[in-house]
Amino acid sequence: MKHFPMILKNVWRNRRRTVLTVLSIGVSLCLLGVLLAIYHAFYFADPTPEQALRLVTRNSVSLVRPMPQAYREKIRRMPGVRDLVIEDWYGGQYIDDKAEHQFARFATDPDKIFVVRSEMKMPDAQKADFIRERTACIVGRSVADKQKFKVGDKIILKGDIYPGTIELTLRGIYDSEQGNDTLYFNREYLEQSLPERRRGNAGIFTILANSVEDVPRIEKAVDAEFRNSPTQTKTESESAFSLSFVSFLGNIKAFLLVVCAAVMFTILLVSANTIAMSVRERVREVGVLKVLGFTRGVILGIILTEAVMVSLIGGVLGVFLASLMTGAIRAMPAFLDQLKHLSLTPSVALLCLAIAAVIGLVSAFIPAYQASRIPILDALRSTD
Amino acid sequence: MAVPISYNWRNLVVRKTTTLMAALGIALTVAVLLAMLSLVNGLKTSLQSTGSPLDVMVLRKGSTAELTSSVSRQDFQVLKFKPGIARDKAGQPEASLEMVSVINLASVDAPDGINVNLRGISPIGIEMRNLKLVTGRWFTEGRREVVVGESISKRFPAARMGGKLRFGHGDWDGVGVMSGGQSAVNSEILGDLNQVSSDFDRSEFLSSALLRATDEVAADALVKNISADQRVNADPLLETTYYEKQTSAAAPIQFLGTFIAFIMAVGSSFAATNTMYAAIARRSKEIGTLRVLGFSQGSILLSFFAESVLLAGIGGIIGCLLVLPLNGFTTGIGNFTTFSETSFSLRVSPQIMLYGVLFAMLLGAVGGFFPARAAAKKEIMAALRSV
Repeated sequence: MKHFPMILKNVWRNRRRTVLTVLSIGVSLCLLGVLLAIYHAFYFADPTPEQALRLVTRNSVSLVRPMPQAYREKIRRMPGVRDLVIEDWYGGQYIDDKAEHQFARFATDPDKIFVVRSEMKMPDAQKADFIRERTACIVGRSVADKQKFKVGDKIILKGDIYPGTIELTLRGIYDSEQGNDTLYFNREYLEQSLPERRRGNAGIFTILANSVEDVPRIEKAVDAEFRNSPTQTKTESESAFSLSFVSFLGNIKAFLLVVCAAVMFTILLVSANTIAMSVRERVREVGVLKVLGFTRGVILGIILTEAVMVSLIGGVLGVFLASLMTGAIRAMPAFLDQLKHLSLTPSVALLCLAIAAVIGLVSAFIPAYQASRIPILDALRSTD
Repeated sequence: MAVPISYNWRNLVVRKTTTLMAALGIALTVAVLLAMLSLVNGLKTSLQSTGSPLDVMVLRKGSTAELTSSVSRQDFQVLKFKPGIARDKAGQPEASLEMVSVINLASVDAPDGINVNLRGISPIGIEMRNLKLVTGRWFTEGRREVVVGESISKRFPAARMGGKLRFGHGDWDGVGVMSGGQSAVNSEILGDLNQVSSDFDRSEFLSSALLRATDEVAADALVKNISADQRVNADPLLETTYYEKQTSAAAPIQFLGTFIAFIMAVGSSFAATNTMYAAIARRSKEIGTLRVLGFSQGSILLSFFAESVLLAGIGGIIGCLLVLPLNGFTTGIGNFTTFSETSFSLRVSPQIMLYGVLFAMLLGAVGGFFPARAAAKKEIMAALRSV
């Protein structure tokens, strides 16, 4: 490490080039960091303790086909099931179709929703109002802030999937770590507004298991129970269910991987190119070092350390930029749950730095090796 | 007098490793941008070539998609005899009552299943859409048989000739594959209207009606007439408008792709700047000589600027070559209007490739400007003396 001051001097002697290289690597690594964070959020994120206990049952033909409401009682009696709630996607229109008036609306069972979604917090008095009053509804904090709703406000929804109009009174505002952008209202109210032939259906059942060990068993048991019924079901863990919305947008997995690979290769090229340039400039110097008695290995080490240092500085810049950017994505109105909690986890940040270091090492190896092998006389004679 | 471009070209050739590496960095940036553009282009082509300007689609009032709409047989009897509807050879009105639902199928990319459009249709609807059989035969009325769209048959292992699909009240046999050209119908599964609707327990309430007007003026009049009719409670719109709205499905990919390409572009233009600065540093003497020979500062600036653009242009061309194999590759994107997947082929059109090369040259121009200016500003004597 006694060569450290010399390495630092070398890094800093062509300032413009070092800055440009650091910026170039930093910007590319920032992109890589964001993409890896998204990939991580989609495919590797651990479910929260509440999520890990939940399953979602839908119609096996498709999410948009309903199931008989009577399935609720059958599922409730299965071993391992603590409770369950029906959630019907209402859709509809609030004021108009504009993006600023979009938020999710579900019809649900007011007495069960807080049991199954235990991470949702709301004052008990408001919960009681929601259960008692048939036309009551509740919204998440972020919907309330964005739409400027106050408790007691009237909210009118025009149906698209369901016929008719629903007139609601806001009776509560909940907070939840899993997103605050849904309006819930009473299913009973919706049922009564429907013609006879459309009643008695459930969109999805969200099931709460007693323990994590019960989850896989319930998954199989529910689907087996209805296998020979006219309406079959498909049950999966809540995280698998939300992942199916990701795959709906196209082959995101392949897309992310291909782009990550392209970005990495680009950084490799950029960094290899600059390092090769800076080594070529210095062939004569390498000759002088050799005359002074530096061995080939030490020269190789000096050049490699310099390269790794530059790319690591780029890596740190990239990780910093990426953490800013994931923060910005979190704040955006995203329709995928996973993106609302996007963050650059320590593991992803470390991976980015490791990639930066490896890229520095790989890109410097060939030029450094060649430089260390040039015979002294040739090196001293070199004019380039 | 301008420095001949062959000077720059030969310089690029002499430093071929550096040139190639810098160009490859730009090529990858361009390739990512082009892959995204060809995806969006493919989806738009598919949706825009769906629907005829003469066809009016009728949905329930308030519905924005066929999936959430409902049109009763009774309503259809009213709609069918509206003025301005074309007649077929047999003298029947060209009007088709249809039922649309989605079914979940395992695809090559998503083994857990993706939503696919299922359409119950009658012979008149097939004729109005001008669908052609590729293999097999059409479904028989009153049987559980389906004909699948060409792109569906490529992406979903179960949806093919001789395959079995399970939905409604039983198993359905795949008896044929049909093609609707580039249109979105290629991503649908078709079955007999009466059989499909009875399997989904909605024989009376179907999804939508498609009416063919005699001409475009009649189509507009038909839309007005139906909106004003209190008996049917329906929202009519031109079929082309309906599909055009769905192109918004490409928005997330388009946004993500543009964002990625932009950041990569910033990164690779820094790299281009670096390469050009190095090139200039090594060619100090040459620049001095050029000045002594009488080339002005302006022509030196222009020459190095041109060299950077040329370098990036090569990168752009390599980028085009990299994405060319993607042309025709079939993939699918879901959209939240129909809640189902539209399959389509990527289209790397000449226009897109032109964009790619121009984008690369822009990168070269941005990255090359400052180095070129630095080259032009060199003192002649200092430049000549430098080693």
